Amino acid sequence: MRLEYFQLIDRIVALDLDARTLKAHAQVPQTSTIFEGHFPGHPLMPGVLLIESMAQASGWLIIALTKFERMPFLAAVRDAKLRTFVLPGQALTLTASLVHEGSGFAITKAAIEADGKPVADSEITFRMMAFPDPKFRASMEQVAAAIDFPVTVRG
Amino acid sequence: MSSTFDTVANIIAETCDIPRDTIKPESHAINDLGIDSLDFLDIAFAIDKAFGIKLPLEQWTQEVNDGKATTEQYFVLDNLCARIDGLVAAKGA
Repeated sequence: MRLEYFQLIDRIVALDLDARTLKAHAQVPQTSTIFEGHFPGHPLMPGVLLIESMAQASGWLIIALTKFERMPFLAAVRDAKLRTFVLPGQALTLTASLVHEGSGFAITKAAIEADGKPVADSEITFRMMAFPDPKFRASMEQVAAAIDFPVTVRG
Repeated sequence: MSSTFDTVANIIAETCDIPRDTIKPESHAINDLGIDSLDFLDIAFAIDKAFGIKLPLEQWTQEVNDGKATTEQYFVLDNLCARIDGLVAAKGA
């Protein structure tokens, strides 16, 4: 994770276009200024960033399914559950699956596990729009390359 | 078997917490019921699932923005239900 760049996914490890699922890994950094405030003497990964990491995993799934033609923008988070604390240095596994692709929107279910135990899950809605600026798309392509998008594609 | 209108009205009532008896065939989803675009995504999701279709929201929005159609044509519930029926019929054709 590069928290200061809001890049919360380190690596996409599996992408199945038939099953419409994605799996990714993320390593919570050992140190970050975020942990100085959240919380002094008791550093915890903020829940909102866990939700954002699920949104990013879902977003990459949608980008893959729409063949990089559309950008998913976070629109709604439903039934978000933060089941346990996440500490600096923990390794996270994120999964996302497409629930529905509508006209101009998509809905996913996403989850996080650490050490095989559930950490968080949610249903997430995105608006899908054309990339509003070529620079934006180019920057997303750079991030895509950095996180091995995709490592293995089926479908 | 419930009508298309009953199904849609029930979806709107449940999704947007609007009293069911205030939802009429002549109601405009936006102007009369106050449904915003984000809530309408939830409604579209439920309608897509209930009828096995994909409401062409992007096309409708484009047509309204281009002045080729009015919101009444798509978002007055009577008209919306007629379009749903058309999509269902086209799917079965």
